[in-house]
Amino acid sequence: MRALTWHGKHDVRMDTVPDPQIVNPRDAIIKITSTAICGSDLHLYDSMIPSMEKGDILGHEFMGEVVETGPGSTLRKGQRVVVPFVIACGKCFHCEKQQFSGCENSNPSDTQDLGEIAYGAPMTGLFGYSHMTGGYAGGQAEYVRVPYSDVGPIVIPDGLEDDKVLFLSDILPTGWMAAENCQIEPGDTVAVWGCGPVGLFAIQSALIQGAHKVIAIDHHPHRLELARSLGARVLNYHDVKVREALMAMTGGIGPDACIDAVGMESHGFSIDNVVDAVKVATRIGTDRAHVLREVLMACRTGGRVSVPGVYGGMGDKIPIGALMEKGLQIRTGQTHVQKYLRPLLDLIGEGVIDTTFLISHRLPLESAPDGYKMFKENQNEVTKVVLKPDWQKEAA
Amino acid sequence: MSEETIGRALQSDAPLTAAVHQRDVAHEIAEERGWHEAALVGRTVTVNRPRAELYAFWRDFRNLARFMESVESITPSDDRRWRWVVKAPAGKTVAWDSVITDEVDNELLAWESVEGADIKNFGRVEFRDGPPGRGTEVTATIVYEPPGGDLGKLIAKLFQKEPKIQARRELRRFKQLMETGEISTAKTTNAAPQG
Ligand SMILES: NC(=O)c1ccc[n+]([C@@H]2O[C@H](COP(=O)([O-])OP(=O)(O)OC[C@H]3O[C@@H](n4cnc5c(N)ncnc54)[C@H](O)[C@@H]3O)[C@@H](O)[C@H]2O)c1
Ligand SMILES: [Zn+2]
Ligand SMILES: [Zn+2]
Repeated sequence: MRALTWHGKHDVRMDTVPDPQIVNPRDAIIKITSTAICGSDLHLYDSMIPSMEKGDILGHEFMGEVVETGPGSTLRKGQRVVVPFVIACGKCFHCEKQQFSGCENSNPSDTQDLGEIAYGAPMTGLFGYSHMTGGYAGGQAEYVRVPYSDVGPIVIPDGLEDDKVLFLSDILPTGWMAAENCQIEPGDTVAVWGCGPVGLFAIQSALIQGAHKVIAIDHHPHRLELARSLGARVLNYHDVKVREALMAMTGGIGPDACIDAVGMESHGFSIDNVVDAVKVATRIGTDRAHVLREVLMACRTGGRVSVPGVYGGMGDKIPIGALMEKGLQIRTGQTHVQKYLRPLLDLIGEGVIDTTFLISHRLPLESAPDGYKMFKENQNEVTKVVLKPDWQKEAA
Repeated sequence: MSEETIGRALQSDAPLTAAVHQRDVAHEIAEERGWHEAALVGRTVTVNRPRAELYAFWRDFRNLARFMESVESITPSDDRRWRWVVKAPAGKTVAWDSVITDEVDNELLAWESVEGADIKNFGRVEFRDGPPGRGTEVTATIVYEPPGGDLGKLIAKLFQKEPKIQARRELRRFKQLMETGEISTAKTTNAAPQG
């Protein structure tokens, strides 16, 4: 089959690789119909994530048709499914508590050590995201092997086209959980740092969950425009002092809840410093925690802080006093995607949530390397690239 | 391992493998046994399955080959005596017999290599109920005399991975198999791995 493979910094290629097969009883094989490039994929592209190997297939936002099932799968051939980016067994303690991104079993035994050393607990398996999270082949390909297919994938009813449901795989539940972690109450103002896909879906979700007002912060004009069209007030951090603006817009109190949808360095998942820390315990790197600092300082006393943005290493000069003295609450984590699939699919079906506004570009899978380049070079306009394996390159 | 060693090593309510001075513990064990040296590996893992089920699985030692990567087979000579065949480089194997030295139904299993084994070793696995509704805490401990000479070199090659790392990886596979019915893998085909 054809697949987008990683070969090094700014070097991703379309390669011909062996078709995936059923390996374990609960597996299914999915024929991909739509797959997206995520902001997090750019960090693989920029070669900032350790434990990548040449030839790794990327992609963790994908959906398609079931073409093969193992004896333990509950799926049937021909069903259309969206697959969560988090791989979860459904049987361990964390899965039973619906904390799917804490699944203890999905990361194969031999690739659990690095996370255990870096964080005190192994990381959970993820599709297409380095060997630290399992080394699973991703979905920017014609086919993908999906483990625990009786637990993860959600069957999509006929009539809901791919573009409407694809983002159930990652960014829509991530935005939703980010808002849920704000425990929104009537009258609340929620401030959202970052208007990438995660921030935009967090804005949409916060309003659905009852926020009185949402204030969005970024510097890309087009992204701020999208935030405004969703119903947010916007702040361009190049033009205003963010904390002062927020205080002025909240009667001098500060936002009731704050969402960091940026992460440690604009976006991504840079854990190179973690690896340094593992290798040389005395040379500890630090994440760029600028947004997290701003969030802790801006949030009102007794407010809630939600951190979907990814941090991977050590934080330096985090205003821990603001956290304690103001009695803030923090919630964070990789998204428990499986938990949100059904309710969010229902909201999409009812027309309450629309996700298609986000898609700025559609390309054939064969043009995936161009998609990465575009996405990297023009964040303002390129908000989401969706790849279609059955589109011919010429037709594009 | 004798109660005496455990007593001297630990004044905490934690498994032996958590001892700060693990080297001292290993040293005392070696002295007790008259070994030139002892290596101690082990770890506690929670498995979200009933205690009796895990005990029964382990008590049939043949099953261990399903999750222990380096073990080719474990076959019974009789109910208390088992033959271990362990993979070595270049298609070779190392084998020894072990006997069960202690067993308490659904709680404890201990075994030890018999006189004349190339690699002297003993092991112990304990099964305790976790907090209500939280499965079973399994503590496995293996102690062995690192062999010298040619065999030592062979074993060093065999355990290219540090035995400690090896042990925790085996226990994770045990947990995966018992909880999910499978051993997790990122492989995409059934082809034999290269190299
Ligand atoms: N928790 C999860 O499970 C999960 C899932 C998906 C993505 N993520 C993470 O969420 C974060 C956002 O993802 P994304 O795809 O939307 O990324 P993105 O890079 O597309 O968006 C980040 C946005 O933040 C803006 N930004 C940068 N610095 C800022 C600042 N100081 N103040 C305000 N805005 C600023 C950027 O201009 C950009 O528009 C990333 O860290 C990503 O890895 C987490
Ligand atoms: Zn993503
Ligand atoms: Zn699990």
